[in-house]
Amino acid sequence: MADPALMDALRECVGGSLDAEVGPRPSDLTLRLARTGDLPAAAAVLVGAHSMALATVVATDETATPEGDLKVRYVFEPAAAGAPDRFVTLLISVDAAHPEVPSLTTAIAAANWHEREMRDLFGIVPVGHPDPRSLVVHDGWPQGVFPLRKAFDGSRRVPVEDAPEFPHLAAEGEGVFEIPVGPIHAGIIEPGHFRFSSVGETVLHLDARLFYTHRGLEKRMEGLSPLDAFYIAERICGVCSVAHGLGYCEAIEQIAGVNAPSRARLIRSIALELERLYNHVGDLGNICAGASFHYGTATGARLKERLQQMNERIAGNRFLRGLVIPGGVRLDLPQELLGVLAAALKDTLAGIDGLMGRIEANPSVVDRLDDTGVLRHQAAVDLAVTGVAARASGVDRDARREHPHGAFALPGPPELHVATGSEGDVMARVKVRALEARESIRLIGEFIRRLEPGPLRVALAGPLPGARIGISAIESARGEAVHWLRTDALGRVERYHLRSPSYHNWPAVALAAETAIVPDFPLVNKSFELCYSCTDR
Amino acid sequence: MLRILINALRTGVVTTGYPAQPSVPPERFRGAPVFRSGSHLPSPAVCPTGAISEQFDAGHRHVALDLARCVFCGRCAEDPWAGAITMGREFELAARLRDDLRIEVVDDNAAVSATRAAPDLQAERASSEIQRVLGRSLHLRHLDAGSCNACDWELTALLNPVYDVRRLGIDFVASPRHADGVVVTGPVTRNLETAARRTVEAIPEPRLVIAVGACAASGGIVGEGYASAGGVDKVLPVDVYIPGCPPRPEAIIFGILVALGRLDARRATPM
Ligand code: SF4
Repeated sequence: MADPALMDALRECVGGSLDAEVGPRPSDLTLRLARTGDLPAAAAVLVGAHSMALATVVATDETATPEGDLKVRYVFEPAAAGAPDRFVTLLISVDAAHPEVPSLTTAIAAANWHEREMRDLFGIVPVGHPDPRSLVVHDGWPQGVFPLRKAFDGSRRVPVEDAPEFPHLAAEGEGVFEIPVGPIHAGIIEPGHFRFSSVGETVLHLDARLFYTHRGLEKRMEGLSPLDAFYIAERICGVCSVAHGLGYCEAIEQIAGVNAPSRARLIRSIALELERLYNHVGDLGNICAGASFHYGTATGARLKERLQQMNERIAGNRFLRGLVIPGGVRLDLPQELLGVLAAALKDTLAGIDGLMGRIEANPSVVDRLDDTGVLRHQAAVDLAVTGVAARASGVDRDARREHPHGAFALPGPPELHVATGSEGDVMARVKVRALEARESIRLIGEFIRRLEPGPLRVALAGPLPGARIGISAIESARGEAVHWLRTDALGRVERYHLRSPSYHNWPAVALAAETAIVPDFPLVNKSFELCYSCTDR
Repeated sequence: MLRILINALRTGVVTTGYPAQPSVPPERFRGAPVFRSGSHLPSPAVCPTGAISEQFDAGHRHVALDLARCVFCGRCAEDPWAGAITMGREFELAARLRDDLRIEVVDDNAAVSATRAAPDLQAERASSEIQRVLGRSLHLRHLDAGSCNACDWELTALLNPVYDVRRLGIDFVASPRHADGVVVTGPVTRNLETAARRTVEAIPEPRLVIAVGACAASGGIVGEGYASAGGVDKVLPVDVYIPGCPPRPEAIIFGILVALGRLDARRATPM
């Protein structure tokens, strides 16, 4: 099972016997803490001496079961590069009559939003949490109504009522201005409210309020057949359609005990890299927009468009929807398409090289990117930041290596070159992104070379096995996404939770913005390129 | 600078000729599902968004497809219904009336045709007025009312060098006060309802409201729920519905031109 030192340390903090079992996957470990009061000490052991990071927090309502309680699972993963693929879950039972848990936020900053979310959606109060404000449900939400409790009927609309203004956190003092931006923005972008406190152009503090696009999708999936709910999972986020579809499929396949065939796994990984590629290429262009370098913006947009047209040829959809399916893939990659794809990738590679050359040779652009929006290494570690943002600040983590999925879970997978930087500024994120885009092109070539004739999917007929948990982690274009799915006794979706990469990265944007001036915020924000829709769900 | 000019010249013109020239989607593109009357059509349960519905009357089973709800996933066209339903390549699906997106097919009797919605005279009149006032130049505001961002990216694509809608007199503006209309994406979440209303109210009349994509047109995969109104027309009057998940850029261009009265909308046609 786990290493003995870890078990000893945990045994010590719970004062005696340890209720541990293997699971959800054979390499994972779940520890049931009899006393919720032991949670902070146990979590401290994991993130402290055993250098793990918080991966996700999942609350469930089990009041209708014989145990009659609410449960919270705090899922941790090793933080070191190349550590074994494992999740360690601390499981606590919460009394539904007095739903209180000790807050971890002051010790583990990454727990902040998770705890506020479970307070909003389940009514589980993180005692000692420094921020009493709501997160997911906004103004005028009825008191004492918790939408993810099982007794709540989520299928009807809850009316919007007038409410007092949300208490934004603002800096005070002579010459400090508050600048409110959003939720509806001036460009074609997702909604969020940003409250800047600034002195002159310098940002003192940024309070970001999100969850405007909270659609209640996790609730919406409950009670559905997991095969039907797939179409929702695939549509949580437009630009993460492959990543989220795949993560959800891997969780289903774990529950069903089936393995996608190897040709399907290769095609899934090709799709995942194509998704990363069109995102990264488009993002390089959008960062140029933040720096008013219009040639770069147009070039990025043109390269991205070419790739999205390729997506449509491959999957019938410009966001690659409809390719990945539970059990495998819906469509094959025949030889003639591979030829067209190779040509598109060749042009894209030349395009990336050309664009990066123009960016780096242009002092007025470089000046905007260098030293702007710095995310320090320690902050990235503390907030469990993921993806490009983490790697550009020197965190060497990539879920393709740490939690192998798609073709990386096949025997003898291709080597993955994880690009990292150290400066943590916009320029570092630009460079890491360009390296990753090139790496995606190389990997697609590798996967294509390994394609052998074979089946595209395994049959996955409902109902799925009941009362089982599936967990998966996928490296999307934004970073690691963690999917947690449990079936009920009849094999339907009992609870599904997605912790998107952006969920952990948003607080880092606010920190990085505080090293910048107000006009640089769009640039900083675009260099992180976070999703609102998969954060808000 | 010189390099940039040389590169730009070498790249040449990449802009599409649509809508003057037709756009042919690739072979695998999934457009409007085509139902074959008189064949064995699936039960509504096959569709993950509830786009397929059935009704029994006088021994006949009427199966209807709602294009506004369809997310073009292709599931209903897979075995064992592959013959009864095929995924067509039609993508110019925008309609002025929600009912024009409902296609009815009678399962077991190919001879009985569906009824056709009568043209809405008031909508026709409004559209000719809009064509007169806004026909040549249209400034739109984007309003994300809780989308997954796919429709938003396709709106962004309208401004890329390939679609470049400015050549058609269409542009996106930063303020609703400068806009003639709004393109709305997403099902209107509870957290955005107030902001969405205020944005639209800030646009001077006459104004156009265009619902882009399945979520905006019908609620899509989100539907109605504690956090979602289930479509733009639950909150605001809608002038044009553009189906798709997301609609490809040409489908959005088509819808905007329909809204302007420069192209004819899709009409429910008897099958
Ligand atoms: S293609 Fe459209 S109608 Fe068919 S199953 Fe998918 S959403 Fe339903």
